[in-house]
Amino acid sequence: MEILMAVLAGIIFMAATYLLLSKSLLRVIIGTALLSHGVHLMLLTMGGLKKGAAPILSEHAKSFVDPLPQALILTAIVISFGVTSFILVMAFRAYQELKSDDMDQMRGNDQHE
Amino acid sequence: MINMNNFVILPILIPLLSAILLIFKTKNLMLMRIFSTAASAIGIVISGILVQTVFTKGIQTLSLGGWKAPYGIVLAADQFASLLVLTTAIIGLLVGLYSFRSVGEKRERSFYYSGVQFLLAGVSGAFLTGDLFNMYVFFELLLIASYMLIVLGGTKIQLRESLKYIVFNIVSSALFVIGVGFLYAVTGTLNMADLSVKISESGQTGLITVIGVLLLLVFGMKGGIFPLYFWLPGSYYAPPAAISALFGALLTKVGLYAITRVFTLIFIHDTAFTHQLMIWLAALTVIFGVIGSLAYSNVMKIVIYNIITAVGVILFGVAVHTPASIQGAIYYLIHDMLIKGALFMLAGTLIALTGTASLHKMGGLIKRYPVLGWMFFISAISLAGIPPLSGFVGKFKIAEGGFAEGEFTISMLILLSSLLVLYSVLRIFIHAFWGEEKETPKPNHRTAKGLLYPAAIFLLLSLLFGLGTEWVSPYVDQAAETLLNPEKYIEAVLKE
Repeated sequence: MEILMAVLAGIIFMAATYLLLSKSLLRVIIGTALLSHGVHLMLLTMGGLKKGAAPILSEHAKSFVDPLPQALILTAIVISFGVTSFILVMAFRAYQELKSDDMDQMRGNDQHE
Repeated sequence: MINMNNFVILPILIPLLSAILLIFKTKNLMLMRIFSTAASAIGIVISGILVQTVFTKGIQTLSLGGWKAPYGIVLAADQFASLLVLTTAIIGLLVGLYSFRSVGEKRERSFYYSGVQFLLAGVSGAFLTGDLFNMYVFFELLLIASYMLIVLGGTKIQLRESLKYIVFNIVSSALFVIGVGFLYAVTGTLNMADLSVKISESGQTGLITVIGVLLLLVFGMKGGIFPLYFWLPGSYYAPPAAISALFGALLTKVGLYAITRVFTLIFIHDTAFTHQLMIWLAALTVIFGVIGSLAYSNVMKIVIYNIITAVGVILFGVAVHTPASIQGAIYYLIHDMLIKGALFMLAGTLIALTGTASLHKMGGLIKRYPVLGWMFFISAISLAGIPPLSGFVGKFKIAEGGFAEGEFTISMLILLSSLLVLYSVLRIFIHAFWGEEKETPKPNHRTAKGLLYPAAIFLLLSLLFGLGTEWVSPYVDQAAETLLNPEKYIEAVLKE
C-alpha cells in the first residue's frame, strides 16, 4: 500500500512539475496546488498506512496509527491553502496590470521595466 | 539544571502581537509609526536580555504547552540563535526608521508596518525553534509576510517579479515538507536535538545523507547558494529600498542559519561528503556572486550580487567546521546583516536623490552630498573587510580555519574575492561621487538627511562591532562552542 501511494505521489509530482513549467500563469498556479497535494499524500504515507485504529490513546490501546503526520498535514494544508489563495489574487492583479498571463512576456531585464 | 524560561518566546510574541494590533490602526499614520518603532525597541531590549541570560546561564529552553521535549514543540535559545535574534531586532527598528521617509504614505497605510512585524516574528521564530517542522511553519510565516511586502504597492515590476518569487518559494517549501516527512519516516522524531541523538545511535546511513542534501537544497534555495540564487537579483530589485534592505539583511540569512543548525547538529557524521559538497558550493557561490556584482552598472544590482558573495563566504566558514571558521562565520553573518542593511539604504538614498539606478547617469555627487559619499565609502571598505571595521575579523577567522584544514585554494579564493568585492562597491563610489556633475533624469535637490540616520546607525554599529571585537568575542566564542559540541544543545533540550 505504501509503495502504491509513493508511486501515486510521484505521478502527482510529475504532473505538477509539468504544469509549473508551462507558460500560462493559471497552469503554474494549478501546478503549485497539485504539488502541495503530492506533498501531503507523501507525508501521510510516511506515517505508515493501515496500521490500526484511530489515534485516540487509552491505556488499553493495542494498535493505533501515528497521529503526528496527520497533524503536520493539517498545518501544511492550511498554509498551502492560504498561499494558493494569495497567489491567485496576485495573478489576477498582475493580469490586470500587465495585460498578460504569459510567463514568457514577464521576463523583464534592466532596460525594460 | 532546569533552564525553562518563558522569556524565550517573547522575541516572537512581541512582533506577532504588535503586527496584529497594527492591522487595526491604519487611520492614524503617526500612531502606527510610533507603535511600530516602540515594538521594535522593546524587541531589542528583550533580545538583549536574552543574549545576556544565555551568556551567564547557558542555553534557555521552553517547552510549549508544557509537553516535554521529544514529544512537544520546544523553543531553544542558544547563543548563536540569541545573537541573530538581537541583530534581527536591530535591523527591524532601523528599517522601520528608514521607511518613514522612503516607502511612501500609501504603502505605509496598506499594512506595511504590520507586514514588517510579521516578518520579524517569523525570522525570530525560525532562529529560536528547536523543532524541524516548527521551523517550516516559521519559514512560511516569514515567507507569507515577505510575499505581502514584496508586492505591496503593486507596480508592474513588483507584480512581475513577486509572482516568480512566490512560485519559486512554494516549490522550495514543498521540498522542505517532503524532507521533513522523509526524516520523520526514517527516525520517528522531528525535534532537532532528538534527531541528532537518534542519528548518532543508528549511524548516518546513505538514506539520511540524501535527506540532508535535500534539506541543503531547500535551505540553499532560501539562502541563495550557487545554482539556486537565480531568483534573488530579480526579486530583491523590485520592491522599494527599505524592503530590499529588510530582505537582503534577513531572509537569506535565515536560510544560512538553518544550514548551520542542521549541519552542525543533525547531519554531522558524514562530513567528508556533505561538508565537502558545501565547500564547493560555497566557492562557486562566491565566484558567481562576484561576477554578477562586477557585471552590472546598476547600483541596486551590485549590492544584491554582493549578498550572494557574502552567502558563499559564510557557507564556507560553516562547511569547514573548525572552531576558527565557525567563529568567523558567526562574526561575518552578523557583520553582513548590519552592513547589507546599510548598503541597501545608501543605495536606495542614492536612487531617491538622483532618480536613476544606473551608474552611467550619475556623477559628481560628492559636492552636493558629502555625508552620503563618505558613508558609502565607509560601508564599502567595511564590506570588503578592511581591518578596523567589522568585516575583517570574520573573514580573517574563516580564512584561518580554511588554511588550517588544508582548503588552500578556496581560502585564497575567498580572500581574493574581497578585492573584487571592494572594486565592485568602489565602482559605485567612483562613478556616482567623483567626476563631473551630470544632469540626472530627476534632478532632486532635497536633502538626504532623514534617509541617512538609520544607515549612519548601521555604520556605527558596524564600527563598534569591529573595534569592540574584544567585548563581542566571548559571546561569539560561546555560540561557536555550542555549535561545535552538539551535546550541549542536546543536553539542554532533552534533559530535565
